[in-house]
Amino acid sequence: MSRRLAHTLVVALFAALVVLAFSRVHYTWNWAGVWEYREKFLQGWLTTVALSLAALVTSTAIGALAAVCLQSRNVLLEAVGRVYVELIRGTPLLVQLLIGFYVIASAVGLENRFVVGVLVLSLFSGAYMAEIFRGGLAAIPKTQRDAARAIGLTPWQTMRFVILPQAVRLVLPPVAGQLVSLIKDSSLLSVIAISEFTLNAQEVNSFTYSTLESYLPLAVGYLLLTLPLSALSRWLEGRFKYET
Amino acid sequence: MKLDVTNLTQRFDATTVLDRLALATGEIQALVLVGPSGGGKSTLLRILAGLDVPVAGSVAFDGSPLPRDEESLRRYRKTVGTVFQAYNLFPHLSALDNLLLPLVRVHGLSHAAAVARVREPLERFQLMAHAHKRPAELSGGQKQRIAILRALVVQPRRLFLDEPTSALDPEMTAEVLEMIGELKALGTQFVLVTHEMGFAKRVADEVAFIGDGRVLAHGTADEMFNRCDEPRVRGFFARILA
Repeated sequence: MSRRLAHTLVVALFAALVVLAFSRVHYTWNWAGVWEYREKFLQGWLTTVALSLAALVTSTAIGALAAVCLQSRNVLLEAVGRVYVELIRGTPLLVQLLIGFYVIASAVGLENRFVVGVLVLSLFSGAYMAEIFRGGLAAIPKTQRDAARAIGLTPWQTMRFVILPQAVRLVLPPVAGQLVSLIKDSSLLSVIAISEFTLNAQEVNSFTYSTLESYLPLAVGYLLLTLPLSALSRWLEGRFKYET
Repeated sequence: MKLDVTNLTQRFDATTVLDRLALATGEIQALVLVGPSGGGKSTLLRILAGLDVPVAGSVAFDGSPLPRDEESLRRYRKTVGTVFQAYNLFPHLSALDNLLLPLVRVHGLSHAAAVARVREPLERFQLMAHAHKRPAELSGGQKQRIAILRALVVQPRRLFLDEPTSALDPEMTAEVLEMIGELKALGTQFVLVTHEMGFAKRVADEVAFIGDGRVLAHGTADEMFNRCDEPRVRGFFARILA
């Protein structure tokens, strides 16, 4: 059986189960009411896309910077990296968002919700990225640095031509997974009243009392973002593939 | 080359690996370092190759001492070639790109000039057919021969080879030793660490026996293998050649 056929089969089976479940609860659909608010869904979805893209770039940069700190021989830098990673990974994003928005952003006079949301989300995701990057760099054997030094590469060239190309291949799958999480985690920004996809769906629900009709499009909307990302990651993995 | 090592000491944590080692060679082309594992051969070779800095002592090739700061050492390493036991090829690059990397990035050749430079050696050592393979697709012997070429194509003053055949089966060992023998015939200077005593005998101008972080005996191949009366050296050869 081909892989494509297997995937289609599993999706079809799952869909059949969902349809069966819905048919048993005798739910009365009201798509017409929700359709009225299609603009709101689209606007929310686009906001989520924009938030995610911005956080994706920022969190990768923060993650890289924090990974450098974690690797640093300077004990102060190492401590900064370690405390950041442990604090962020050990606390709920919800709490970080509330403190970030109502306390820290207010204290420094930052009022743009969108900017605060992207920053908090990036700091959150960056901590996970940092550990992924650190692990990827640490997985390259010391003998590779030896060989690079032996041929006279500078430390910077060693990073650029020897370490990074090998580390990228290692971190690609976990980074893609982290980015998928980031897109879904952006739904929590609804708690600081950014009218992104999830908040808008919640509002449609409160206007129409059509819960499933409001939230099913939400699931589809997130899948539209996360599935292509997974596909892209698999394609890149294939391109970087080589035996070691 | 003429090598002068005085008072060379190297420690890792509390372990003394080289203990005030001294060695002065004549004007020679090939120096072979032999001796028991853990005796300090590889540590000495890494210092000679400019990869490690000793805690004390000095090394001079042809009268010019090795520097101690990393920037000067890097300039020194550009002028020599090092070959490792485990090949240490870059697995993400093809064999050809492994050769081109130092030429283009360290020695400033254009891509075309670098490709032209590596063609003749690849053909001479029957590696052209494998040039576009990644290291994982090469046999151990092919990997090590590419690694030797990577060190060689930058036209170094001399090569440092650290047990280049220890990870290879006998057939591949023969293939790599043949290449090193050919380099000797071409006039390449090198310092070789090896357990292949037959080969050492053939190729060495001088042999130094290293044990317990010191030079226990040193002389021409003939003096060392046939006439050495240092008991530890005789015992070692007796065991290994038996």
